[in-house]
Amino acid sequence: MKFLRRTCKEVTVLLVARQDRDLPVIERLALRLHLAACTACPVFERQLLTMRNALQRWRHYSEQ
Amino acid sequence: MPIESQLAEYRSYLLRFARLQLRNDAWAEDAVSETLLAALSKPQSFANKSQLKTWLVGILKHKVIDILRQRQREVSLAEDEGDGSEELDALMFKSDGHFAAQPADWGNPEQELNSRQFFAVLEACADKLPAAMGRIFLMREWLEMPSEEICKELGLTPTNLYVQLHRARLRLRECLELNWFGNRAAS
Repeated sequence: MKFLRRTCKEVTVLLVARQDRDLPVIERLALRLHLAACTACPVFERQLLTMRNALQRWRHYSEQ
Repeated sequence: MPIESQLAEYRSYLLRFARLQLRNDAWAEDAVSETLLAALSKPQSFANKSQLKTWLVGILKHKVIDILRQRQREVSLAEDEGDGSEELDALMFKSDGHFAAQPADWGNPEQELNSRQFFAVLEACADKLPAAMGRIFLMREWLEMPSEEICKELGLTPTNLYVQLHRARLRLRECLELNWFGNRAAS
């Protein structure tokens, strides 16, 4: 299973990349496995979701 | 109120977003002037101010994309290599790839994300990105252009684009944590 192991640093790269492109299936799997076992990365993931939400509201606000 | 004065009211508002996207005052002035001219040449009546604004921002986005296209070479010219991104990585992670410090819980900030103060911080953080990186980031997040289209318009490779977007998102996260979420958690 070593080929599925990712460090937090690698996982943050994937989490950020996911916002702009589709990830290969192997990376999606590695990501899920890491997120299930890590405490820090899910927090980082929630921060990115908050950012996405914030940018969406900002875009909306810029238009009206 | 005559349409001319109504439109003039929105000039500074439009300029703010044009500047943020184009990162060049002269280009931003051009984009806004062209927007107002286009609006004057086919005036329409709207039920309320919000609709007028939506219409103007829509025109502005088209004018801004035209300028980005015309200025392709200057737009995508990245600054020096040392844009500080390596330093940010080194701050965030230990050499073994673990987080240097646990990321902060930003909570579930539904209300405050709609506040003017928050939008001001968000815009200031976007404005702090290096110019080329900031333009690319805003093309994605404000103009909502698909990645392939940004690559085409700016003559970038996908890898290049993703590196820029990645750095921009990490910097924005860092900036928001320092200037908004972190402060709030500490107080």
